[in-house]
Amino acid sequence: MEDMIFYDRLQFAFTITFHYIFPQLTMGLSLLIVYFKWRYLRNKIEKYNDAAKFFMKIFAINFTMGVVTGIPMEFQFGTNWAKFSELTGGIIGQTLAMEGMFSFFLESSFLALFIFGEKLMGQKLHLLTGFLVFLGSWASGWFILATNAWMQHPVGYEILDNGKFVLENFSALFGNPWLLPAFLHNQLASVVTSSFVVASIGAFYILREKQTEYGKLFLKTGVIFGLVSSVLVAFPTGDWNAKNVAQYQPAAFAAMEGIFETEHAGAEIVLIGQPNMVEKKLDNKIAVPNILSFLTYQEWHKQIPGMDKFKKEELPDNIPALYYSYHIMVGLGTVFMGIMALAVFFLWRKKLYQAKALLWTIMFLVPFPYIANLTGWYVAELGRQPYLVYGLLRTVDGISPTVSSGNTLFTLLGFVALYMLLGLLFLVLVGKTINQGPKPQTH
Amino acid sequence: METFWFIIIAIVLAVFFILDGYDFGAGIIHLFLAKTENDKELIAKSAGLFWDSNEVWLVAAGGMLFMAFPTFYASVFSGFYLPLIIVLWLIIFRAIGLEFRGQFHFQMWKDIWDKSFGVSSLLLALFFGIALGNIVRGVNLGGVENGVSIYEGHYFFLPLWDSSFSPLSETPGIIDWFTIIIGLISVVTLAIHGANWIILKTNSSINGNLKNVIFKMNIALAALTLFSLAVWKTVSPNSLDNFAHKPYLLIFPIIYLTGLVGLFFIKKLKKDIHGFVLSSLLILGGITSSLASLFPVILPSVNSINGPLTIYNTASSEYGLSVALNWGIIGFILLFVYMIIQKRLMGGKVDKMDYGH
Repeated sequence: MEDMIFYDRLQFAFTITFHYIFPQLTMGLSLLIVYFKWRYLRNKIEKYNDAAKFFMKIFAINFTMGVVTGIPMEFQFGTNWAKFSELTGGIIGQTLAMEGMFSFFLESSFLALFIFGEKLMGQKLHLLTGFLVFLGSWASGWFILATNAWMQHPVGYEILDNGKFVLENFSALFGNPWLLPAFLHNQLASVVTSSFVVASIGAFYILREKQTEYGKLFLKTGVIFGLVSSVLVAFPTGDWNAKNVAQYQPAAFAAMEGIFETEHAGAEIVLIGQPNMVEKKLDNKIAVPNILSFLTYQEWHKQIPGMDKFKKEELPDNIPALYYSYHIMVGLGTVFMGIMALAVFFLWRKKLYQAKALLWTIMFLVPFPYIANLTGWYVAELGRQPYLVYGLLRTVDGISPTVSSGNTLFTLLGFVALYMLLGLLFLVLVGKTINQGPKPQTH
Repeated sequence: METFWFIIIAIVLAVFFILDGYDFGAGIIHLFLAKTENDKELIAKSAGLFWDSNEVWLVAAGGMLFMAFPTFYASVFSGFYLPLIIVLWLIIFRAIGLEFRGQFHFQMWKDIWDKSFGVSSLLLALFFGIALGNIVRGVNLGGVENGVSIYEGHYFFLPLWDSSFSPLSETPGIIDWFTIIIGLISVVTLAIHGANWIILKTNSSINGNLKNVIFKMNIALAALTLFSLAVWKTVSPNSLDNFAHKPYLLIFPIIYLTGLVGLFFIKKLKKDIHGFVLSSLLILGGITSSLASLFPVILPSVNSINGPLTIYNTASSEYGLSVALNWGIIGFILLFVYMIIQKRLMGGKVDKMDYGH
């Protein structure tokens, strides 16, 4: 049983991590594509249209990767988490089926039209298809977050005698207090990733001194979108989510903030420190008193329950991983705001395109928003442990009763091998597209 | 309401196999018959431009199955664990092949991805047929050994094969001689369908020859169909009862037969689209006939201890199903609008269309 659940979780973690590299770019990028295309309609400057089409190419590669790595996600609910699917399918099946129906079809149909149909449709319809691609990809995020929000904070259900969850109130699934903050936070985080990608490609073109006109456009757009989104991702949406966790999952809140012992009045905020699970304290801690209470409740001396207030079986099972994920996410988010604010300041002073050191930094910063997005999801998923449906269905009770750990290890190894190949090909392809740029030399 | 969702999902599945079926079939034809680089590129293009919007139907079918029949979804997906994951890998391999072959212009690169596309298309067609064979034959629900269930009655786990390779074994595996026959039927059907698609959508140099090939494959298909019907009765003795009790269900085998008989006249057909419609009927008829022979069962049990899975004992709550109907109708209307727009813009031969350069 122990190793069964271990391999099931590892396989899900691995495949979802790899999968989420792609949608987090496409969701944000579709917004920037619509922006470029809209600007082109307003100002008729050709390079805006080229930018929209160039990034739609990058989008298409990521979309393909998202589709082929996304199908295994949907299948895995049934293959590895059969008991969970059986018990909750009547509820999360709704939101997952709606995702297929309302977002994938929209996205895939109009992506093809955007790429192939510009001449046939004319500019206004072309903008509209771009907008529909954006709508499809954000709808996809909405339905996935609705599914996850129900697992984090179940609403609108009834539990039958045989343990099955049945739907009692459909609209409650979308009025879930967990959903809107999580959705906005997630979507803005994906705008951060794509802004960094756009800015990074721009910095690359400027530093390489080829297609620099596009480089400047990409960089300018990227840093402005990047600053706005990285501020909004922290405040108000990140803050709003943290308050939700404090309210609905206090055990997870204590663990992610690294509060081992409840303080009498006013919880400190931990900046640095390593959880020591033997002595139940943080090693090498640097913390600021009372700030956490203030951020969470706007009261300097409000008590926040530490991990000592919860039974062991209510606490997340991997506290250090949760703590690090949260601190990496927050730390990186802070760095992003700083870099982007600096870049926008240079842009305003008309020095950005000559600021070599900053351009190099922006160019090489591109993996980090991906890391911040993924660690953000780890916070949500590790924080929900030891439950699949918070407070109601334990993770250990959700796995497939008939699939042995040997089988799961076999498929996990297969996925690792296949995804390494896939990742390599993806990099080659994206690298080639970026290298060619919006105006390829040949043709 | 259960019946209604059963029909919807059956339609979505049939649409998936008709749409993605032609690009599986194109892969099979590509593997065996495409010789010149121009033909290889054209055939790959005739699949490569469309596969991703076709596979969305698989995602939709999966999602609806999860929503409407969660117990069936859980049972079947975990019970067919290995073959399902292998199918996922093949889907990925095929997609890589299609997306990457045109990215670099040296022959070895193209050959690798052509083989990846062709071989995984062939294996997928075979696996999907085998899957249908398993559903029709039934499984050892509850994992009964010596008269005792080792799992809950609606769960099972099938090995890839049982040493006897017989569908009549007490613990049949996924691959046995019966499911292999259904697998072969699937391969031949999809190959015919793919050939029709290639004729319809390309000006490849093998188009003329393909009609001959379809004719020959159709003979093989007729023989396989007769043979499978003959053994079907042995594998599941009550297989034809549904048709006897509810004669209107015979419409589904008739759809299949129309396709089968019509394809013998492939060389005389005036329009290429007619061939494609006939092979679509084959797929539609084949899937619906199999499901109709079981209805309302969706997974028979091969033991007498645990009863079969039916649409009634695996469905979601009445409320859930009726809510889903409301959004489902809106969804389907939107879907058909997208399809019409897309077909208008992507109609005609693919020869001149831009593909991955």
